[in-house]
Amino acid sequence: MRATLTHIGLPAGAILASLLLFGVFVWFAGVSPLDVWVLLFKGAFGDAYSWQNTLQRAAPLMLTALCVAVPARAGLVIIGGEGALVLGGLACAALPYVVPMPDNLAGTVLVGAAGAAAGALWIMLAGWLRQYRGINETISSLLLAYVAIGLFKHFVEGPLRDPASLNKPSTNALSEGLRIGGIAGTDVHWGLALGIVACVALGLWLRWTPSGFSIRVVGGNPRTAQLVGLPATRLILLACALGGACAGLAGAVEVAAVHTSANASLIAGYGYAGILVSFMARHNPLGIIPVAILFGGFGAAGSLLQRRLGLPDASVMVLQGMAFVLILASESLRGKDWRAFIAGLFRPALPAKGPSPAQVSMGDKVA
Amino acid sequence: MTQSTFNRRDSLKSLAALGVAGGLGTLGLRAQAQKPLTVGVIYVGPRDDYGYNQAQAQAAAEVKKLPGIKVVEEENVPETAAVQKTMTGMIAQDGASVLFPTSFGYFDPHMLLVAAKYPDVRFSHCGGMWTEGKHPKNTGSYYGYIDECQYLNGVVAGHMSKSGKLGFVAAKPIPQVLRNINAFLMGARSVKPGITCNVIFTGDWSMAVKEAEATNSLADQGCDVFTMHVDGPKVIVETAAKRGKMVCGYHASQAKLAPQAYLTGAEWNWLTAYKTVIEAAQNGKPHPNFIRGGLKEGYVKMSPYGPAVSDAAKKDADAIKAKMVAGSFDIFKGPLKDNKGKEVIPAGKTLKQTDVTLESMNYLVEGVVGSI
Repeated sequence: MRATLTHIGLPAGAILASLLLFGVFVWFAGVSPLDVWVLLFKGAFGDAYSWQNTLQRAAPLMLTALCVAVPARAGLVIIGGEGALVLGGLACAALPYVVPMPDNLAGTVLVGAAGAAAGALWIMLAGWLRQYRGINETISSLLLAYVAIGLFKHFVEGPLRDPASLNKPSTNALSEGLRIGGIAGTDVHWGLALGIVACVALGLWLRWTPSGFSIRVVGGNPRTAQLVGLPATRLILLACALGGACAGLAGAVEVAAVHTSANASLIAGYGYAGILVSFMARHNPLGIIPVAILFGGFGAAGSLLQRRLGLPDASVMVLQGMAFVLILASESLRGKDWRAFIAGLFRPALPAKGPSPAQVSMGDKVA
Repeated sequence: MTQSTFNRRDSLKSLAALGVAGGLGTLGLRAQAQKPLTVGVIYVGPRDDYGYNQAQAQAAAEVKKLPGIKVVEEENVPETAAVQKTMTGMIAQDGASVLFPTSFGYFDPHMLLVAAKYPDVRFSHCGGMWTEGKHPKNTGSYYGYIDECQYLNGVVAGHMSKSGKLGFVAAKPIPQVLRNINAFLMGARSVKPGITCNVIFTGDWSMAVKEAEATNSLADQGCDVFTMHVDGPKVIVETAAKRGKMVCGYHASQAKLAPQAYLTGAEWNWLTAYKTVIEAAQNGKPHPNFIRGGLKEGYVKMSPYGPAVSDAAKKDADAIKAKMVAGSFDIFKGPLKDNKGKEVIPAGKTLKQTDVTLESMNYLVEGVVGSI
């Protein structure tokens, strides 16, 4: 019961605090904080339209956040999801060049799988470099993302370019039958369902299966894992592959559901936004779902703030930054003994009674 | 955490219920908003980028002053599902009935998709190749023949350059950009036939660091007059001025950034296009689907000359500009060779500005140092 309270209370409190701070911030800019709060809510969760807006923005973030979260559970800090995403999109658009695709759901599954495979291999490369060449995976995954974007541009503007795409170099568009549509007539495409399924499946896998548990042991302490006979390297590569597959799938979904072809618009920073989402969810796949929706909500609300109050785009970034910092900072309050803390606040009254210096220093330590 | 997720879902459900009530309110707003015409303008970058987006924002600011018009704007909207949401949001939440999605990448598939869902809303896109029969009637595109201004930039640059080497920092080797590079050099060559222009492609529309590197590298190679085709020319103008070189601007006026080094510039005058589209909407006339124009039609304009420009340069550029306005000047005419020696326009052939073959230009003309 208590744990649940902290689980919800801490992040919710942090978000409330950031909203309050943001209110002060916009107040200095001459805008009524109340208007801003109302618009933020309306824009993100106010009506059916806002919900669609929020969920559609959240969909790619769930998958790219998993690219950080799963390797993180195996003890790796992977921040190059953007690379896996663009290569996933590229592979999805490129597969029909190589083999003729059935123009139906089977074809969609195949191009999606191609995207996932490309992403998996790319992040596995970062994991492999770490395990076999001792290269820090954070740096290598980030640098590999730049390489991936370079490769992406080379193929899109070179060998795979649709000659008809004059001023916006793109690959050939996916045929109608391969594309992914909206869920039940809404604008929200099936990528959202894929994201939620992936979050839930990976969350359950990490929590309830032996292999998932092994990954967490490796992440907790690789020496112990090896001592008890776990194949640490293989597990780390598996975690990288699963994470990369999610980001690659995100790229494939973006191509099949939104852009219809691979082009530079795909490089929109979802991979990097996924890092924030994963850290805010404390690398818990189930936690990613609400956090991604929150981020989607920030995006949707930011759009309305700009249009209604003429606030610059950066303002919602400020709110996002405040929320991020406060949520991470609030983690330090987790598991705090509040009774002792409150007692500590009243402790300074004690010295008046004249305790020995030893008692004072001890009291400080307890507080 | 597992438990907390479920709890949060419950609260999400109650939020959704609240949302239904909110939806009714929005519908009411939409009905009210029928009277003043609401115009939505969407930018891919910041409105104050001294470039592409600023040029659009300047026109939007002018439109705001017109009676009976309300303008809603959104900046930094990426060419993803986000722009589809911004468009539908402007329609559903703000009651917009005319939209200007200004970035090239918004056209296909984003604008076409949203336009199909809202047949009563007019969409006017900047630069897209709207095609009769292929694209819906409630969509359209506007663009300007800014290569005319780049030609005049070239004339001024040709007069002012001492080294005989010009510098061009470009984003991508696509037809719109190549046309500007070629026009710039041909303008300069109309003054000094031996002049050359070094071009560097940075690879993307907004790459501040690479743009600065390219400018420095061109300056090191002896280029003394610069121009560019990137989204925000700020970095190039400032870097060139810092190196003691001269600049011709692009998109909007960058004169404020380097008053001494700024010679002149190729600017958009989007107000002409915006007004054409909005007036048609106000009077219930058919949506202008494909509008184009150059100096003559007032779609583009030149920045005022900077203090460094010589009288001879002004006289020469003004004379050609007068011919362009009169419609008696063609930039692309044969014989014209590309920089590999191949003939691209045969002798005796003249391509008018409206000629669609110019929209698929894939060469750099003789005298441009660089490759695609």
